[in-house]
Amino acid sequence: MKRLALALVLLAGPAGAEGHPEARRVLSLGGSVTEIVYALGEEARLIGRDTTSNWPPQANALPDVGYVRALSPEGVLSVSPDLIIAEEGAGPPEAVSVLQSAGVAFVSVDERYDAEGVLDKVDAVAEALGVPEKGRALHDKLAADLQAALGRAQAVAGEPKKVLFVLSLQGERVMAAGADTAADGIIRLAGAQNALQGVEGYKPVTDEAVIEAAPDVILMMRRGDEQADAQANGGSSHTAAKEAVLAMPALAQTPAGRAGAVVMMDGLKLLGFGPRTGEAAVELHDLIYAGS
Amino acid sequence: MVAATPDLRPGRLEGDRSHRARRLGLFLALLLAVVAVISLGWGASGTSLARALSDLLAGRELAVQDRVVLLDIRLPRVLMGIFVGASLAVSGAVMQGLFRNPLADPGIVGVSSGASLGAILAIVLGGALPGWVAAFFGWYLVPVAAFAGGWLTTMALYRIATRRGRTSVATMLLAGIALAAIMGALAGLAILRANDRELRDLTFWGLGSLAGANWPKLLAGAPIMALALLYAPWLARGLNALALGEAAAGHVGIRVQKVKNRAILTVAAATGAAVAVSGGIGFVGIVVPHLLRLASGPDHRWLLVNSALLGAVTLLLADMVSRTVIAPAELPIGIVTAVMGGPFFLWILLRNRGVLDL
Repeated sequence: MKRLALALVLLAGPAGAEGHPEARRVLSLGGSVTEIVYALGEEARLIGRDTTSNWPPQANALPDVGYVRALSPEGVLSVSPDLIIAEEGAGPPEAVSVLQSAGVAFVSVDERYDAEGVLDKVDAVAEALGVPEKGRALHDKLAADLQAALGRAQAVAGEPKKVLFVLSLQGERVMAAGADTAADGIIRLAGAQNALQGVEGYKPVTDEAVIEAAPDVILMMRRGDEQADAQANGGSSHTAAKEAVLAMPALAQTPAGRAGAVVMMDGLKLLGFGPRTGEAAVELHDLIYAGS
Repeated sequence: MVAATPDLRPGRLEGDRSHRARRLGLFLALLLAVVAVISLGWGASGTSLARALSDLLAGRELAVQDRVVLLDIRLPRVLMGIFVGASLAVSGAVMQGLFRNPLADPGIVGVSSGASLGAILAIVLGGALPGWVAAFFGWYLVPVAAFAGGWLTTMALYRIATRRGRTSVATMLLAGIALAAIMGALAGLAILRANDRELRDLTFWGLGSLAGANWPKLLAGAPIMALALLYAPWLARGLNALALGEAAAGHVGIRVQKVKNRAILTVAAATGAAVAVSGGIGFVGIVVPHLLRLASGPDHRWLLVNSALLGAVTLLLADMVSRTVIAPAELPIGIVTAVMGGPFFLWILLRNRGVLDL
């Protein structure tokens, strides 16, 4: 059992303490990590990705080693990486320990849904790749974008607007974002507040809870796939989704429903918490406060 | 013990298929050996068994990647596949014999529902445990919880169904359904609390996988499964007699209650350990014993041994598909067993409708 505890400590220990500028075959696990690698201009070193890495579109051409939390050790080794950069929670832990015993460098990057968190993520990925200058440049650009979002957020007079992020309307049931979600994080960065309080994660909410939450704006996302959008949002276009929202009595009764304030953004950009998060926060801010 | 029982089969009868079952057993044992070797040389990465062997024979050191792939990834995985497949199939055969019900599988004694509840609780509430508990169990929290859940449920069910030293299989069947409903509700509550990542983990756990196979897990799970598998053939005579009904079995000198006790313990141990290390892998426990009954008759003396062999072969084949079909990613093995097993089983059933009288 002592060995187990030790292994755990090693796994949880400070990751990415050193850079790997020599790594030529990098496997990126986690959508935001992949996006950062591209933003750093280091995509030539990428040889694989996980299922959640869908941005930029050319990332989809890389071999997919599966879902980041259900990796197959041999599958990962078959693309012969010399460096793996993974978002927090990549696993299962057995797989990670086998990969480490095969001599593959493994860097785990923390995930937090706030401005500091994204910047730290950029720093960690740049450090793992051993490209500090490019990292600094991306860090500064992202920090400026985030600063712009913060400036707009601070300029809001009075109470920030309440935003309800609706993940899906499938089966006439509202699935919305509570605390501890990427949606909650980006709503705050955009200078608004999450209308759904006292709930963690993405949860189905009752009609009464929706009315109680009284959102000023309803936020939805585009999945870039008409069928998925039609299924989750009740319509493949913004207009159709808006109609679907307003057709639901509970949502229609909220301030957002009465004002027809249903906004929509690209899902990967909105929830990615990668290099585009600053821009996303500004874009979301403008959408939320468009009428006022 | 054997001397006390009158021999019920004078000479070889017309329908006696034991010679066939024996030959089938030999064939399956050979097949298992072949499949295991192929499985060891088969995978997403470029590592080949032949190259590694020639390296070894030439006295060269194995490359790190070859060593890790063969010894730390494939070998424990192949062994795990053998034990898990054999356990699931034997458990299925024992349950069908004990309950005299062709639909029986280990799920009926609550092992599966209890194990999944244990796993779900560990995945969802694991984070809330005090640090030292988490550090003590480490990655083993989920398997340990699954095993405990399966075992506790089975024992509870057994106590419910046993009155005055007599276990009613009918009560056990019905109480099993009730307990499964309660477990399902508790699991639902836990799922409601789960966050996205935990939900994904739960889904993957439910589909089963041998991807987590490693030496520590194998060394923890295999002895339990091995004991249960070795004991199972001793249940054969009792199960054969039970096919006549409990009263008749008692009259031919079988201590029915003892057979029940041991059969339930065996299944709980084998399935509990199998589910704990590999998650929920369905269908093997139903398909394998029935195929063998069709091929070589219901005599448990052969059925149990052959089930173990065919179960192991089936799971190894399914795992080979699972780890290569969408490589470098992996298809959960539960999907493979159901997708391949379902239609195949249906086809066999349709062809043998006349023979089969369940």
